[in-house]
Amino acid sequence: MSHISIDNLSVWFDINEGRVDAVKNVSLRVNQGESFGLVGESGSGKSTILRAIVGLTPTWSGAMAVAGEELGRKRNRAFYKKVQMVFQDPYASLHPRQSVDQVLGETLKLHGAGDVDERIEKLLADVGLGPAFRFRYPHQLSGGQRQRVAIARALAPEPEILLLDEPTSALDVSVQAEILNLLSDLRHEHNLTYVMVSHDLAVVSHMCEKIAVMQLGEIVEVMTVEEMREMKPKHPYSRHLLESSLGYKRRTG
Amino acid sequence: MTRLEVDNLWVKFPTRNGIFDAVRGISFSLGEERLGIVGESGSGKSMTGRAILRLIRPPGQVTANHITLDGQNLMKLSEREMRQVRGRRISMIMQDPKFSLNPVMTVGRQMMEAYATSGRGSKALARDKAMEMLDAVAIRDPLRVFNAYPHELSGGMGQRIMIAMMLIPDPDILIADEPTSALDVSVQMQVLDIMDKLVRDRGMGLIFISHDLNLVSSFCDRVLIMYAGRIVEACAADKLHEATHPYTRGLLKSLPQLDEPRRRLEVLSRDPAWAESESVSGIT
Amino acid sequence: MSIFNSPERYTAGWRAWLLTDTPTSRNHARIASFYQGWLSFRTNPMAMFGLLILALMVLIAIFAPLLAPHDPLVQDLANRLQPLGTDAHLLGTDSLGRDILSRLIHGARITLYIVILVALIAPIAGLFVGTVAGYAGGWIDTILMRITDIFLAFPRLVLALAFVAALGAGIENAVIAISLTAWPPYARIARAETLTIRNTDYISAIKLQGAGPFRIITRHIWPLCISSLIVRVTLDMAGIILAAAGLGFLGLGAQPPSPEWGAMISEGRKFILDHWWVATVPGLAIFLVSLAFNLLGDGLRDVLDPKDSGS
Repeated sequence: MSHISIDNLSVWFDINEGRVDAVKNVSLRVNQGESFGLVGESGSGKSTILRAIVGLTPTWSGAMAVAGEELGRKRNRAFYKKVQMVFQDPYASLHPRQSVDQVLGETLKLHGAGDVDERIEKLLADVGLGPAFRFRYPHQLSGGQRQRVAIARALAPEPEILLLDEPTSALDVSVQAEILNLLSDLRHEHNLTYVMVSHDLAVVSHMCEKIAVMQLGEIVEVMTVEEMREMKPKHPYSRHLLESSLGYKRRTG
Repeated sequence: MTRLEVDNLWVKFPTRNGIFDAVRGISFSLGEERLGIVGESGSGKSMTGRAILRLIRPPGQVTANHITLDGQNLMKLSEREMRQVRGRRISMIMQDPKFSLNPVMTVGRQMMEAYATSGRGSKALARDKAMEMLDAVAIRDPLRVFNAYPHELSGGMGQRIMIAMMLIPDPDILIADEPTSALDVSVQMQVLDIMDKLVRDRGMGLIFISHDLNLVSSFCDRVLIMYAGRIVEACAADKLHEATHPYTRGLLKSLPQLDEPRRRLEVLSRDPAWAESESVSGIT
Repeated sequence: MSIFNSPERYTAGWRAWLLTDTPTSRNHARIASFYQGWLSFRTNPMAMFGLLILALMVLIAIFAPLLAPHDPLVQDLANRLQPLGTDAHLLGTDSLGRDILSRLIHGARITLYIVILVALIAPIAGLFVGTVAGYAGGWIDTILMRITDIFLAFPRLVLALAFVAALGAGIENAVIAISLTAWPPYARIARAETLTIRNTDYISAIKLQGAGPFRIITRHIWPLCISSLIVRVTLDMAGIILAAAGLGFLGLGAQPPSPEWGAMISEGRKFILDHWWVATVPGLAIFLVSLAFNLLGDGLRDVLDPKDSGS
């Protein structure tokens, strides 16, 4: 059975001039333990799907189910114990006035954990940060360290599913490698299911087994990573994306 | 032919903990070519671009033996003379067009103003030139864009307009600081095409500052790799994958590749000696 | 990558402990970040000057009975309207022969009392209304902000006058009246900040931990609004002191014989041409304290502004 199943999901935003359809009739299945990639350009609706799953978009239609449970309008705490999300920009996803200790401590308390002190140290160790980082504020951390804290926060409730919204696009390439390795390790250690959004096809090919290409709010193609590596997408748009990602080709003449 | 030569450039910022050297004594030259400057955040690559135009605000300080543009030492110019150089002879494109365009002025007015400050021609001529430039940067409906406000345009459109504006005075040198990193790949390619054409057709010199190794190696002629305010390696762009410096090699290896899957990415381990060793000269 | 040629390495000991990047406990982290704020505040000489004056004023207010050379209420009609520098009356005496210096010193207590009460009531009310309106949005926002608009539409002193007239004259009522007229701008600021904060990723992140609106507003939004409110309050303090003095001047604030500075000016007004110091000296005191608050507010803004503290 699929761990995440989405059928005919549409998400729209009501703005002054009317309505913007961000996601149109999208259906997808993610199996347990799988790593699923969503690629596309900005505005293609890939992040919006993640936000819809965790209930951050108020207006949507269709059906979504996680671990067999149908999702309604509201998400309860039990849901957030199963599904967590890592945001794109680690400079924006940590509260500027809260130390690492406060961020993780509050998260653990909200999920009713008892031995908070021990758990914080364990979480920090899990994401490769020593106990020395525990009482630092975000401005005392580098981008990579911040993203590690954000990952620790997402891991705090011991979720089964981690939604990754461009987790490395704001980071330097050498730091990106560290974070991607960390995410791979965590996935195997904790037996996690990933849904990863990225505009970088190389990153997605490194992390995911199955990849969906999105354009203008629709999924145009779902392929395996092997098909992508062999440059054999069927849809012309996927081909175009793949070719552009290989670098600049000088036009002659 | 060398158009710009930078000799022993330093950029310093006083901080609470002493003086921070953002750029530490780098030298390079630029001909009618595409010169890439690659590095991670904090490597000093953006500071280098701004320092050439003397756009570092106090308390930051710029020192150099000389920064020579076609035989003229920019370090010796007064602020007033420098203003003549900026925009007219050397233009700069920033990363995010949203912060570079005036939100309360139509695109057309801003472009005509850019033309007027470059000191030539009538209003009608300015308008023609603006339309011509919009056309040159592959904007399909120049008239609509001319009368639009910046918020009515997409990011890619905004960036192309910035380029068009910077090109109105026919600069000799264009400094592009991550000009495409906020753009989607397909728009990115269009913008690169435009800059490429300008280098070829007008003999412009281009300094292309970026963190994207793949892009720089495929787009530029020559690459300087910066680390901790110094140039650690200078090489031909198509030879970047044969780079020898451990830092460059480490960066290349840490990139995931579409065509060759790896189980784990190699993590760069930084050698303190890299920051200490002398800067490599980028002069040809 | 930071390479520092630091001429002054950290001196070991407490300073290193305060400036560390790796605090070892919750309190250590709090104290260290406070100390670093203080360090950048200290570099602003004008703000330090403001802080010094206010610290002096607090000390004067606390030790008023010890510092004042005379009883501020004792009348001595034989020595009325003595000029500046008279023996035993450094700043002269007023129309009833009371020592002006002593009255000023005791008046500092009243001014401080008003300032502290208003500074507690108005921003907290504004913070509450603004953040709730901003976070809830919809009809709650509309109702709360229209009420705010109504309060804003009245001139401050006129509204305060109306309240005092209804509640009766006196310091406490003056404080309530000033607070009632002072909160709407704070509500506006808090709402504007909340609107940007509520859409940030860190608020989304805490929502994904199942936090409810009450927790989000009090634990996550308030701490970010408070710094800009503190700045605004210190900048507004001058206006509040003047409003209190204005009410005192009009006879609707502190009642005679209380040595409130505004009331002192009001009394001195009758003799302003022949005995200028009676009204001028308390006027100067008001000016000095207002200025001090403004300077302090400017300095605090540089330190507390969350937009800058990130880097």
